[in-house]
Amino acid sequence: MSGVLASMIDGVLVGAVYGLAAMGLSLIWGVMDVINLTHGAMIALGMFCMYLLFAATGINAYLLLLPTIGVGLLLGLIVYWMAVHWVVGRSMLMSLLSTFAVNMMVIGIGTAVWSTSPYNVNFRVRHDITMGAYTFTGNHIAAAISAVVIALALQLFLYHTRTGKAIRAVADNREAAELMGISSTAVLSIAFAIGIALACTSGALVSTLFPFTILSGGVYQLKSFVVTILAGLGKPFGALVAGVLLGLLEGVVTPFIAVSWIPLIEFGLFVVVLVVFPQGIFGKRATS
Amino acid sequence: MILRRPFFWIILLVAAGFVYAPLRNNNVLLREDLILMAIAIILASNLNLMIGYTGYVNFGHIVFYGLGGYVGLYLTTVRGWNLVLSAVVAGVVVSVCALLFGLAILRLRGAYFALATIGVLEAVQAFVSNFDPWGRSTGMYLSFNSYQSLGGARRALWITYFLIIAVMALSMIVSLAIKNSKFGLGLFAIREDEDAAVVLGVNATMYKAIIYSVSAFLPAVAGALMFFKNGMIDPSIAFEYMLSLEGIVMLMLGGQGSVIGAALGGSLYEKLRSYLLTSPVLSNFHLVIAGGLLLMVVLFAPGGLIGWVYRLVPRARKVIE
Repeated sequence: MSGVLASMIDGVLVGAVYGLAAMGLSLIWGVMDVINLTHGAMIALGMFCMYLLFAATGINAYLLLLPTIGVGLLLGLIVYWMAVHWVVGRSMLMSLLSTFAVNMMVIGIGTAVWSTSPYNVNFRVRHDITMGAYTFTGNHIAAAISAVVIALALQLFLYHTRTGKAIRAVADNREAAELMGISSTAVLSIAFAIGIALACTSGALVSTLFPFTILSGGVYQLKSFVVTILAGLGKPFGALVAGVLLGLLEGVVTPFIAVSWIPLIEFGLFVVVLVVFPQGIFGKRATS
Repeated sequence: MILRRPFFWIILLVAAGFVYAPLRNNNVLLREDLILMAIAIILASNLNLMIGYTGYVNFGHIVFYGLGGYVGLYLTTVRGWNLVLSAVVAGVVVSVCALLFGLAILRLRGAYFALATIGVLEAVQAFVSNFDPWGRSTGMYLSFNSYQSLGGARRALWITYFLIIAVMALSMIVSLAIKNSKFGLGLFAIREDEDAAVVLGVNATMYKAIIYSVSAFLPAVAGALMFFKNGMIDPSIAFEYMLSLEGIVMLMLGGQGSVIGAALGGSLYEKLRSYLLTSPVLSNFHLVIAGGLLLMVVLFAPGGLIGWVYRLVPRARKVIE
C-alpha cells in the first residue's frame, strides 16, 4: 500500500512538470486560437538545450533553466514570424498544418544532428528524501519546485503587469483590445514566445529526470493535450493543477500495469473528457 | 453516371499503364518503384476524403494501413486464409472499427478531432505493442507456405502487385464517385460550415463517421496486401508516424479536395522522397525538405499544384476532377 502512496507522490512531482508543459500549449491556444503542433518538438529542443548547456558549463542544472527560458523565447519569436503570424485568424486547418510543418523540420534537423539515440543530463541533486523503503530523488523534487515557481511567475506576469493584462485582453476579445490601443501583433508574438519558452523549460526539466531522444517530445505533447483539455482552454494555472492530476493518475496506475499501456489510458481519458466536459473540468459551462 | 465522366476512363488508363509498364520487360525494379507510388496514391486519395472533402485533419491515417496489415497477415499466416479474402476481411474489420471509433470521436469538432486522431495513433500502437496474439513489439512473420497457394513466391509478388494497382484505381474511383454524389455534397457542406449544414438537414455526425470509415477501408486492404508482400510486420513499421505525416504533405502538395490532386501529389512526393533518400547529402534531411514544402504550400499556395492548374486553365475542372 505504501508503495502505491510513494508512486502517487512521485506522480505528483512529475505531474507538475507535465502541467508546466501544458501551460505553454494552453496559453497559445487560448490567446490566438492556434493549436501549436510544434509543442512536442520544442519540448525536445528544450531537452537538448539543457543537455548542451550542462555539457558546456557543468554548473547546477536548475540554474541553467534561466538561459533555457531565453533560448525558448527566441525560438518562439522565430517560429511565430516563420509560420504562425500568417495563419492567425485563418481556418484552423491552416494553422494546424503550418505549425505541423515546422514540427517536421525541427524533428528532421534534430534527427540529422543528434540521431535518435538516447541522451541524458548527468546531474544529481544530493538531497534525496527517504520515506520508509522508498526514496524520492532530489531531482524529482527540484524539478517539481522549479515548475511551480515558474508557473507562479507566469501567473503574476499575466495578472499584474501591463503586458500580461494586454495578453489576457487579446485572448478575451482581439478586436476590442485593438480598439483600446493594444498592438495585437506584438502581444500575439510575445504570447507565442512565452508559450514556446514554457515548452522548452519543461523539456529541460524532464531532461534532468529521464533519458530522452529527439522524438521524446511527442509523448509529452500528447500529455499536454490531455492536460489542456482537462483544464479547459486558456486557463494556464488550471493546466498546472490538471498536470498534477494526470501525474497522480499515472502514479496510481503504474504499480499495477505495464508502462507501455499508459498512452492508451491517457488517450481514453482524453476522449472521455472531451465528450463529457467539452469546456474542461475547470472551464466555464457556458458556450464560448 | 460515373461512366460518363471522362476522368473515370483516365483513371482506368493510368491503372492499365501501371500494369503494363513493368510487365513488358518483366522489370522487377520498376515494379517495386511503382508499388510504393501506388501505396502513396492510395493513402493520399483516402486521406483526401477526410481533409479535402470534409475539412477534418486526420493525423493518424496510417493506423488503418497498419491495422489492415496486421489483420491481413494474421489471417493469411495463422488462419491460413487466401490472400484476397483476408485482405477484404481486413478492410471490413478495420472499417467497422473506424465506424465505431468515429461515432465516438467525431462528436468532436475541427481541431479537437485532429488532436484525437494523434491520440488514436498512439493508443492503437500501444495496444498492438502489448497484444500477445500479434507478437507484441516483435511483430509477425509470414510463413513461406502462404506463397505456395499462389503458385510460388515469384508469381505471388506479381499477383499482389496487380491487386495493389486495383486498389489504387478503386481509391480514385471511390473519390470520384463520392465527389459527384449527394453524400459528397453533404461532406462539402460540412467542410464549408458545419453549423449551416446541420441546420439544412445534413446529419453531420453520421456523415463524418461514414466517411471516416470509408477512408479506412481501402488503406486497410492495401496494408494487408503490402505486408503480405513484405512478409513481416511489427508495430514500428506498421504505424510509421512519418508516413502518416507525409500523407498530409502529399495531399497538400497535389491539391486537397481534388481526386487528381491527391494522386499527383502522392506520386510526385514519392518520386521526390526516393530521390532524397538515395542521395548521400540529402538523405538525412528529407523530413526537413518535406516540412519546408508543406509550409510553403500552406502559406503561399493553399490549393496545391492542381489549384494552380485550375487557375491557369479554368476549363480543366470539367475534365480532371
